[in-house]
Amino acid sequence: MSRSLKVSHGKMTIAIHWSFALVVFGMLGLGVYMVELTYYDDWYKSAPHIHKGIGFILAVLLTIRIFWRVAKGAPEAVPEVKVWEAKAAQVVHIVLYLIPLILIISGFLISTADGRSIDIFNWFEIPAVLPASKGMEDTAGLIHQWLAYSLGTIAVFHALAALKHHFVNKDQTLIRMLNP
Amino acid sequence: MLTKIVRGAALALAIAFTANVSTASAETYQIDTKGAHAFIQFKIKHLGYSWLLGRFNTFDGTFELDEKNPETAEIDVTIETASVDTNHAERNKHLRSADFLDVSKWPTATFKSTKIETLGEGKAMMYGDFTLKGITKPISFEVSHIGGGDDPWGGYRQGFEGRTELQIADYSMMNLGPASATVEIYMSIEGIRQ
Repeated sequence: MSRSLKVSHGKMTIAIHWSFALVVFGMLGLGVYMVELTYYDDWYKSAPHIHKGIGFILAVLLTIRIFWRVAKGAPEAVPEVKVWEAKAAQVVHIVLYLIPLILIISGFLISTADGRSIDIFNWFEIPAVLPASKGMEDTAGLIHQWLAYSLGTIAVFHALAALKHHFVNKDQTLIRMLNP
Repeated sequence: MLTKIVRGAALALAIAFTANVSTASAETYQIDTKGAHAFIQFKIKHLGYSWLLGRFNTFDGTFELDEKNPETAEIDVTIETASVDTNHAERNKHLRSADFLDVSKWPTATFKSTKIETLGEGKAMMYGDFTLKGITKPISFEVSHIGGGDDPWGGYRQGFEGRTELQIADYSMMNLGPASATVEIYMSIEGIRQ
């Protein structure tokens, strides 16, 4: 297998890809879990606190990832992949960058809708960017909720597609996201 | 010519209006939400340790009042549930969700009076149906006349206040603990005679 960046994703992309996948599904699970907690649950206050802190880490990770992608580009699809498949994958990949970006922004806007800042793990606070706006928490909340479900669904299809490449097509698509 | 017609029409209208006012026993008052001289506030205990205060910013209503026969008075108020405001966006969002007010399903809460018993000294017991989240319950509470009369801008106003309590469990809301089972509601209502 060639080590050229043209076919390999590289260590950095691989590391960010898998940590991103792990954190995104963790955040989806935490998000769905925390909104169902009862008022006297031990996690009632800490779960949203952790969700916001990880959201910030995700924002940093996504920023690095987007810069890395723009700087280094993506390797070409493996030779077995058809043109339409490569095009479809490209669209999915753009969506998989875009949705987390909007998810992070909408999550930030829920908590800062009244001008409050967000506390990141008691390390520091991120101030509100937009002025307090009536009903912003509801609009941002709806966007956040439905994009989270969409991202989970699209990521599952993205994973199924990778598994199909591995087990049905028996090509290098999945392998090269595991081995640099 | 035109001014004559306009004048004539205005005069006729004025006579009709005056006649209407003098013969009607009860007069209609519009609750002054436009000028925000009416408030619907609530308070509920947080953990039993302190009071959490909030209000509904948007509501609307009218009352009928015959000052000589206050027991014939009637009031009808509609509250926009999504206007709940506790000075914290995240909490307001939670209060609008299905855990509490479920505002997308039940956008309004209403109160319609059914009976008024005067108690003297400007006080009365008000009976009525309160509907929240589609659940209608008869409630009763004491109301007091605060004052009334001409305002400085040519209008005529009357103001009342009242307090009542609701059990949040009656309206299928999230359990906030035994110390927070009751929410107190305070209303200060000023109406402008129409």
